[in-house]
Amino acid sequence: MERWEAMRVTEWDSNRRVLVLSGVEVLNPESGKKTRQDVMIKDGHVKLVAAGDHPDDAMVFDLTGKLVVPGLIDIHVHLREPGDEDAETIASGTAAAARGGFVAVASMANTKPPIDDPQSVRFVLERARQAGMCRVYPMAAVSQGLEGKHLTEMFDLAEAGAVAFSDDGKSIMDANLMRRALQYASMLDKVIVTHAEDLNLKSEGVAHEGYMATKLGLKPVPRATEEVIVARDIRLVELTQGRLHVAHVSCGTSVPMLREAQQRGLRVTGEVTPHHLLLNDSLLESYDPCYKMAPPLREDSDREALLEGLKEGVIQAIATDHAPHTEIDKDAAFDEAPNGVVGVETAFPALYTGLVKTGKLDLAKLVYAMSLGPARVLDLEHGPVRDGGAADLTVLDLDGSWTVKAEEFVGRSANCPWLGQTLFGVAVMTVAGGRVLYHHPSVGSTKAHRMLAR
Amino acid sequence: MNNRKDLLGLEDATPEELSAILDTAEAFRGVLDRPIKKVPTLRGKTVANLFYEPSTRTRFSFELAEKRLSADSLNFSASTSSAVKGESLKDTVRNIEAMGVDFVVIRHGASGAPHHIARNVNASVINAGDGQHEHPTQGLLDMFTMRRKIGRLQGIKVAIIGDIAHSRVARSNIWGLIKMGAEVRVCGPSTLTPMDVEKMGVTWTWRVEEALEGVDVVNILRIQKERQSANLLPSLREYSLYFGVTLERLRRASPDVVIMHPGPMNRGVEIAQEVAEDPRNVILDQVTNGVAVRMAVLYLLNGNEPASREAEMATVEG
Repeated sequence: MERWEAMRVTEWDSNRRVLVLSGVEVLNPESGKKTRQDVMIKDGHVKLVAAGDHPDDAMVFDLTGKLVVPGLIDIHVHLREPGDEDAETIASGTAAAARGGFVAVASMANTKPPIDDPQSVRFVLERARQAGMCRVYPMAAVSQGLEGKHLTEMFDLAEAGAVAFSDDGKSIMDANLMRRALQYASMLDKVIVTHAEDLNLKSEGVAHEGYMATKLGLKPVPRATEEVIVARDIRLVELTQGRLHVAHVSCGTSVPMLREAQQRGLRVTGEVTPHHLLLNDSLLESYDPCYKMAPPLREDSDREALLEGLKEGVIQAIATDHAPHTEIDKDAAFDEAPNGVVGVETAFPALYTGLVKTGKLDLAKLVYAMSLGPARVLDLEHGPVRDGGAADLTVLDLDGSWTVKAEEFVGRSANCPWLGQTLFGVAVMTVAGGRVLYHHPSVGSTKAHRMLAR
Repeated sequence: MNNRKDLLGLEDATPEELSAILDTAEAFRGVLDRPIKKVPTLRGKTVANLFYEPSTRTRFSFELAEKRLSADSLNFSASTSSAVKGESLKDTVRNIEAMGVDFVVIRHGASGAPHHIARNVNASVINAGDGQHEHPTQGLLDMFTMRRKIGRLQGIKVAIIGDIAHSRVARSNIWGLIKMGAEVRVCGPSTLTPMDVEKMGVTWTWRVEEALEGVDVVNILRIQKERQSANLLPSLREYSLYFGVTLERLRRASPDVVIMHPGPMNRGVEIAQEVAEDPRNVILDQVTNGVAVRMAVLYLLNGNEPASREAEMATVEG
């Protein structure tokens, strides 16, 4: 049995029995307001109640001092199935996400084969349903075979369940194809998610072009690699009135371009990853391939500008770009290692520890950028935890800590930059559609215990 | 040097370590002038030479250094691409180590590959050139050659001319020379100059005449034909006209300028034929000195005490 299967022990489902999260505070990330109310979950919906105000047969969880927030959503994950199941599967990846507090993820299309036809979209949804962990919103490819030549059948794909379109992993280099993609997808009111890295400028590059790459003799990736595609795609949105979302923004200099586009009323959004917010290229000094990413880790000035962009709302979402790789593949010479790090299990604690505990970012802003913000980018149904709302929520223990260990990951891969570090702010319960997907071992119910004892 | 396991670059070497290597190399240089050019220092030790990139000079130089120290050598050559398809680099090296190898000399096309190996094996790892990062023994032999010729490194002016961006020789020269108190200028077309190179502690100009002004040493780097196809240079012809080191341009340098080139030379491209033949050039001395420097590195990584500049090494008997 894999770890993710062991995790799926809970039969706690509000459709069978009322659940009560007792002693919690509820955070509305939009208003920043916290209220002391118990959360009762019945038939998949929330009711905010006074302490003790619940049916006698409810399953009550004593979560005193914990924080209830809208369920976290990650709109950029690579689940690797089909094709690279040794690194991750839809089941293991969605379980890992649930463990990290995510009620839903949007999966990227660059699997082997890519998700570029309706059967593939349905395959992803079916696998996710079987796993029964967090919800999966599949993205489909923009171009057939991710080749950047011919558009996919977007109507059919959307009909099958694709929520957006992306050739993520590789930039669409043909500006005319990008133009047509934006134009065509706009009929469906769907977003094109762009991986902004000009392949010619990037060339064989593996590291941010700056002193560190010079010193280490690593082939450079200038900021312009991202900037020219962001600029181009914004112009194409202007031309087409389509919808654009810029994946994993890495350059501080992309932020003003996004701001300006938004100010002109263009439908352009952006996301930033935990690693681009928290790490910089000085980590490459060790040549540890864990720090190899596309786009690359950049400088502190970029990190700071990205954080400002996030605070200001120019960047709407934090997304992990969860990119699992087996140790065999990832533990190679820097040039030869694949790009990316895993992120779903560590995203919230890493950001809470690195940004909120240090006073650089409000908790409410962080929660917003990991829940409602990303949902709005892709028009996913979501809202604050409120009376009558869907029970898609995450319970956080802000004082709880986790010393990150490879063997404790629920996901199949451990290419993680936080290994060995002690992080604060862990998800102790993840509830989607009124069903408990995940709960920390420390979370129990006195009544449940009593029932079990009987 | 005694508590150092590996030599991966000169960036993290101290001036004391560099001096110790250069002084010890001087003692070994003496050995190379004797009729029996062999000492027993590394008898019973095994060195694996792993060359994942083609090399004649460096590979021969290491092999010779090992033989002159009485070590046993294993030689492995493979193109990086064929090695990638099969066994991983780490597995190859672990296998070799399981055979009881004490030293791994590695050349690899990927920057940082020796660091990756060094983390995973107990043997001492010597970087014989990694990607466009460092080539520390070349840096050392260049410094050794300069010091022999000029008598010191402190305060000398050195111009490094050519493809700085892709050159591991340039990086090792820069780090080593700066630590020893030399003034380093780098020069080459802007397209072949890496970002923020000045932060390494050097000055940069694309004007060769300016770079050569009053220098004690000019180190001329090889220009590779591939740079044209990557559009880093329009043509080798234009390179030779505007960046090639000619006797005319060398008039700006000190009259007894030391002319160096790590080889192999493209005569008529980065170095004019008459400069390649000029009596002030020490290009063949560099080759001879390379053996002495590599002997010194192996000797010191083996845990031996540094020799003084004037020390005599006992020749192997019989």
